[in-house]
Amino acid sequence: MENKNLHSTLDHEPVILIKNLYKSFGELDVLKGIDFTLLKGENIAVLGKSGSGKSVLIKILVGLLKADQGEITVLGKRVDQISAKELDELRLHIGFSFQQSALYDSMTVFQNLAFPLTMNIKNLSTKEINSAVDEALDAVGLKEKRDHMPSELSGGQRKRIGIARTLILKPQIMLYDEPTSGLDPITSAEINSLILDVQKKYNTSSVIITHDLTCAKTTSNKIAMLLDGKFLQTGKFDEVFTSEETQIKSFYNYNFIQ
Amino acid sequence: MISKKSHGFIFSKNIDSFLEGIYNAYQFIIRFFKEVFQPPFHIREVINQCYEVGLKSLALISLTGFIVGIVFTKQSRPSLEDFGAASWLPSLIGIAIVKALGPLVTALICAGKVGSSIGAELGSMKVTEQIEAMEVSAINPFKYLIVTRVMATTITIPILALYCSFVGLFGSFLNVHAAESTSLIHFYQEAFKTITFLDIFSSIAKSIVFGFTIGLVGCYKGFHATKGTFGVGKAANEAVVLAMFLVFLEEIIIVQLANWIRFF
Ligand SMILES: Nc1ncnc2c1ncn2[C@@H]1O[C@H](COP(=O)(O)OP(=O)(O)OP(=O)(O)O)[C@@H](O)[C@H]1O
Ligand SMILES: [Mg+2]
Repeated sequence: MENKNLHSTLDHEPVILIKNLYKSFGELDVLKGIDFTLLKGENIAVLGKSGSGKSVLIKILVGLLKADQGEITVLGKRVDQISAKELDELRLHIGFSFQQSALYDSMTVFQNLAFPLTMNIKNLSTKEINSAVDEALDAVGLKEKRDHMPSELSGGQRKRIGIARTLILKPQIMLYDEPTSGLDPITSAEINSLILDVQKKYNTSSVIITHDLTCAKTTSNKIAMLLDGKFLQTGKFDEVFTSEETQIKSFYNYNFIQ
Repeated sequence: MISKKSHGFIFSKNIDSFLEGIYNAYQFIIRFFKEVFQPPFHIREVINQCYEVGLKSLALISLTGFIVGIVFTKQSRPSLEDFGAASWLPSLIGIAIVKALGPLVTALICAGKVGSSIGAELGSMKVTEQIEAMEVSAINPFKYLIVTRVMATTITIPILALYCSFVGLFGSFLNVHAAESTSLIHFYQEAFKTITFLDIFSSIAKSIVFGFTIGLVGCYKGFHATKGTFGVGKAANEAVVLAMFLVFLEEIIIVQLANWIRFF
């Protein structure tokens, strides 16, 4: 069944294309031959158990980690071959929402948002900065927290501010690392609808890493199951979860057990 | 960083990781010198950090410098009096404080206060992914966080050391004044009589080296903190221990060098 909330302008231009990606840390082989495509306008949820290498995968996409082997193309650029300067340019088009929000805790919310803006775009007027920050805070519905410190925010608010900080540079691709982990069901639902809002408003394509099947189901067109360093199955939510594979079944059962 | 695929160690596990540490530190220093001369220069952040360094250690340096001055004078007086040379006290103290105690006391205090706080701050930024967040926003964290902090300690600590010497001499003056009722002018004249330009120069040079070391060690330990809150404490602690050790080591080397220079 098609998810009606999702933005419908799917076309077939890939914004992320991964071929045969390998990554290991010393003796530990984390990713063992990943193939992955994200089309423009599409949202894909990546599921997998803890330690399966989901965070590693998206960190490779933005060049925070280097792949051992494989072709990684993001917005037409080969991340594995690109120069440092080009990589920085590419990063401006990618929003990365961190698992632990990663707000700069020595700065206020306003400064957190203004920082990537002022560091990357020279000679902005105070007015332009203010309005950009307000727009991003508005998008996540937390305008009133503008002058708070990150330590004064709840987990869900921190997640939102983290998302707002990535929106300030108007990204084309959003990478969400466990946007709902550690949140209660109601706040999780709010984050889920925020992800959809962002997609509509900013026209993004997204990779959403999660173990939360509700989040995966509501926010994504497709599900990709990461097991033992490979994508075991990729497809629509219902297709994936009718599979008889035991690991997929146990994943499903844990989330939706009656 | 060096990564090893096999279990085989070249020497033993400890020696290997020690050598790896030295290699990484060397890379870190090279990278610092590469980046420090390339724009963008975050001047405002450097000034901010200078302010932080000064603010954090000023009170403690004032107090310690003052006490060291008084105590050192008090303790030296009997031995000099035995030789009937109590009038040499100011010049003895002058040399001791300006050449050795001022820079060393300042460096040790800053290693404790500033080094540990840099280690803890960067360590916690590292383990909470804030450094990676900077990187994905196309901001070079090495430049923004490390170059600025190392520059700040390198600039500020020599100034603090001079200040510390001054406060120390003032403490010493109070003691001398109480015992021998020497005037302030006379005391400073005496104190600086035997101090040469080379002494002051090498004292400042030494403080620059200390400042650089303290900043660099704090940043290195913080930047390479391993995951978890445990890693933050460890980074802060190791920053202090290593910085103090290196400060003593450098003190010995620089004193030797200054002696050699004097002979030529
Ligand atoms: N920088 C690193 N150095 C060494 N090992 C690493 C590093 N980053 C990740 N790993 C290892 O790679 C594996 C995958 O880590 P990753 O963080 O991608 O897991 P994950 O799927 O995101 O799990 P979680 O759901 O718990 O966040 C883990 O075993 C981890 O220990
Ligand atoms: Mg993860």
